[in-house]
Amino acid sequence: MNTVVEIHDLRVEFPSRELGQRSKLAVDGLNLQVSSGEVFGFLGPNGAGKTTTMNVLLGFVSATSGRASIFGVDVRQPIARQRIGYLPELTYYYKFLNTEELLRFYARIFHIPRAERDRRIDAVLKLVELEGARRRLIKTYSKGMQQRVGLAQALINDPDLLILDEPTSGLDPLGRMKVREIMKRLKEEGKTVFFSSHELGEVETVCDRVAILHEGKLRVEARVSDLIQQYQCNLEHVFLKVVGYQPQS
Amino acid sequence: MSSSKSWVTSHNPDANNIFAIAGVVIKELYRRKDFYVLFALVVLITVMLGSLNFFNDDSIVRYLKDACLLLIWLFSLVIAITTTARQIPAERESRTIYPLLAKPVGRGEFVVGKFLGCWLACGIALLAFYFFFGLLSASREHTFPLLVYFQAIWLHWMCLGIVVALALLGSVVFAAPSSNATICFIVVLGILFAGGHLNGVALQIPGFRGQLVYAIYFAIPHLEWYDVREWIIHNWGLVDWLAWTGASIYAVLYTGMLLGCTWLVFRRRKLTL
Repeated sequence: MNTVVEIHDLRVEFPSRELGQRSKLAVDGLNLQVSSGEVFGFLGPNGAGKTTTMNVLLGFVSATSGRASIFGVDVRQPIARQRIGYLPELTYYYKFLNTEELLRFYARIFHIPRAERDRRIDAVLKLVELEGARRRLIKTYSKGMQQRVGLAQALINDPDLLILDEPTSGLDPLGRMKVREIMKRLKEEGKTVFFSSHELGEVETVCDRVAILHEGKLRVEARVSDLIQQYQCNLEHVFLKVVGYQPQS
Repeated sequence: MSSSKSWVTSHNPDANNIFAIAGVVIKELYRRKDFYVLFALVVLITVMLGSLNFFNDDSIVRYLKDACLLLIWLFSLVIAITTTARQIPAERESRTIYPLLAKPVGRGEFVVGKFLGCWLACGIALLAFYFFFGLLSASREHTFPLLVYFQAIWLHWMCLGIVVALALLGSVVFAAPSSNATICFIVVLGILFAGGHLNGVALQIPGFRGQLVYAIYFAIPHLEWYDVREWIIHNWGLVDWLAWTGASIYAVLYTGMLLGCTWLVFRRRKLTL
């Protein structure tokens, strides 16, 4: 299988804003590889460095040292983002646009030809079940609908890699189920999905492999089935053991 | 990179992204009510002034033209500064910048796209304002000097290019759009009213302070050069084409320099506020 995401010895430090304070180490020597067609869960408690790593992959944050590449292209090059789709944790889109206009705008950025553009817009709107609301302004949408707009924009370029930052965060059970169904469908299509989530039951159901990050360091990287077999418990308990959680009795 | 999708290999960072971003800015302007309110105010105030007759003065049309052009200048600055000042902070605050920059868009393209959108939006607003002014003037003087209007609109638009670039630079330096807009208004109005007189002031101040005022005189963009209202009000005819071209080149250079500074500041900026 081809390597889609490659992270080598990644270190990200944020300088402190206060004089005399040490800089904050967000990611410390991270090494990671994600192969084509995998659904990869990127886990860790809040502040573990998941979003920072994703931000490096998306070119939002510069690495202090180390390197990261997507499809073999350095993530600092905008072209590295040509074949990816990204769904941020909190999705807000231009409220003065309707979904069709928003998708047309993003499709244009990907240089998708006009005829293909219309076909892609129809396809993603059907997938996220927003065909009936395509000409309504986004500001009139519910949170669940906005999350589906987020998925639609992430899929507009028919990406080979999807980076999803807590895609089911804040959704009702029905919304979560729909997102999970879409992820399963994408996996069947052979797409690579790299996603972070705190919903460990969901991760266990959907993911092939997971990495658990804690305090900026990679603690575990393994197949979900192997972890469950090794620790003899479900993924949630594996996670708690890996991050060193001690229940107070 | 290889892919079965034809558009993947055809990507080449070019004007496409810039025009796409600019298109969204223009859409925002015409979907917001700001421009329509300001246009209605220009029409309302000018028509009200036109219905009055002060002291049976025959040259009332000149006062009317003066008032209308003053409103057009003032409101075009309001549109330019307020539209531009909110662009990047709003993208950062609402996090719409994340899905956008997660696509193959460079930060330089983002800055230029925002500039172009605001500048083109100002151009559209100017066309509407000057069209009304032309109609008003033609109804009183029975002439429509198209070339004079072309020169005036062009120079006004070039001036707004500098103002938009200045407000864009302010929007990556100051976090709050309101403080950026206030500072921009003070700077722009200060230059328009006093910029041309600074060299004269410098002559009267001895020593280092005089040299400092001289330095400011040469450093600031001379926006007052683009104000040709007097030419239109008094029907002085066309501005010298050489001066017109020189002013246009000066505006392009100044705008380019300000956009370069904006990119330098923004390329390392955190995306969240």
